[in-house]
Amino acid sequence: MAAPIGQPRVRIPAQARAGEVIDIRTLISHIMETGQRRDQAGAIIPRDIIKRFEAKFEGQLVFAMDLAPAISANPYIAFPFKVEKAGSFEFTWTNDAGEERKATNDIKLA
Amino acid sequence: MHAAPTPSRRVMLALAAGGVAISLLPRPASAQLAAPTQAAIDRIRGGRTPQEGRVTLRLPPIAENGNTVPMTVSVESPMTAADHVKTIYVFADKNPTPDLATFHLTPAMGRASVDTRIRLGTTQDVVAIAEMSDGNLFMTRAEVKVTIGGCGG
Amino acid sequence: MWKAAGLTIGTAALAVGIAFAQSGAPEPQRAIPDPQSGRHFATPETIAIQDDDFQNPAMLWAEEGEAAWSRVEGTAGQSCASCHTDATQTMRGVRARMPAYHPRLNRVVTLEQQINICRTERMGAAALPIDSRPLNAMTTFVALQSRGMPVAVDIAGPARAFFDRGEAFYNTRRGQLDMRCGSCHEDNYGRSLRADLLSQGMSNGFPTYRLKEQRVISLQFRLQGCVNDVRGEAPLLGGEEFTNLEFYLAWRAQGLPVESPSVRR
Repeated sequence: MAAPIGQPRVRIPAQARAGEVIDIRTLISHIMETGQRRDQAGAIIPRDIIKRFEAKFEGQLVFAMDLAPAISANPYIAFPFKVEKAGSFEFTWTNDAGEERKATNDIKLA
Repeated sequence: MHAAPTPSRRVMLALAAGGVAISLLPRPASAQLAAPTQAAIDRIRGGRTPQEGRVTLRLPPIAENGNTVPMTVSVESPMTAADHVKTIYVFADKNPTPDLATFHLTPAMGRASVDTRIRLGTTQDVVAIAEMSDGNLFMTRAEVKVTIGGCGG
Repeated sequence: MWKAAGLTIGTAALAVGIAFAQSGAPEPQRAIPDPQSGRHFATPETIAIQDDDFQNPAMLWAEEGEAAWSRVEGTAGQSCASCHTDATQTMRGVRARMPAYHPRLNRVVTLEQQINICRTERMGAAALPIDSRPLNAMTTFVALQSRGMPVAVDIAGPARAFFDRGEAFYNTRRGQLDMRCGSCHEDNYGRSLRADLLSQGMSNGFPTYRLKEQRVISLQFRLQGCVNDVRGEAPLLGGEEFTNLEFYLAWRAQGLPVESPSVRR
């Protein structure tokens, strides 16, 4: 059974000037079980990680990350974005079991 | 205050002796990478030779815990449709498996820079390779010393 | 102005003096009169994570606690908010003065225990296990409302006996290594135990996101780790011994700002 994917946190400025490069910061609650650890009975605890993160703006992929077990628990991912127009972001985190957690944020032009 | 009573000092030494000494010897930047790391890099290279420069890895030289090491990887690039970073591969040379992360970038980002937090099992080199839109590869590496604490609890 | 301040301090000192005179116990003296928070012994990278509320993973716990604050649980059909309304107002300062003496129970209770008292007695809900994720989340959320306020526990009067027991635990050598808490945190702070820089063991940052555990931990979970480190047998989490010790530790950190939720290695 896959560990729960917690509520994501996303920080984006509410508005920006056209041409401005903003920082998008994300944090999500997840154990990121490596598959290398053993439980008290000596059995391997199965790997269970967020394996993929995608950021889309108006449906277009702008950034993606393939994660490995060596990404820390509660993955923190931050990246830039050059604002050209107002629109909506959609962020998707996917775990090993294929379960997804999404967040959406809008940005306006200043 | 620091005139510690001898029993506790003995205890400190006992604890210290039980542990693994931390290597303070510097390793040359050109030191050979572990076989799994080299194999992973060779798969990306496909016959190309990565060049030095343009990629910057920002990592603490000493991590007080290997579970949460902040990392910034950035690449000098105009990030235009004609000239941008497509992919950044990051490896941890001495982790059980070398893969750390693969970042897929687009010109929409405006700047080629990503922050995340990584796990490092031991003192080792982190290697970053950037693949540009013209197919050129750029590579850098940085060493992080992962300390071994005395407080197991 | 100065005179007024002097008078106030004088009056306060008098009041404290009377309180101690009443309980008959001499005023305790701190081994470290000007304590330093654990952040003083952390690396810049760790401090940077703590100081950025977005990056600090403990804020995920605080948000879970915030969501649980107004969630109805138990047979009474109540949530925390039913009695305590807006936590940003009503919980301000609570973390700074806990643990505190509970007259009806005639013992000292920690913030975690008080949350469970509310759950079982007011909400008709089950107590949350000590150091469990939902309890750590609620404690983190409540503690956050006191961030920056000086730790100020009240050890006078009937609380004093529990303080004294906590102090006795602190100063008792235990485990195969035969160490008291102060062997590390008073006699050797600022020195390295292998690669760990020993802190003064101040509790003002708890609950804390511990990098080693990669989760928010409660103070008593950390205390258990300390006792294990000296090869001792740790008392029960949430039990009387650790609760009195937590009370004593809060007094050691008296005056330090509440940093909850901090980030520590």
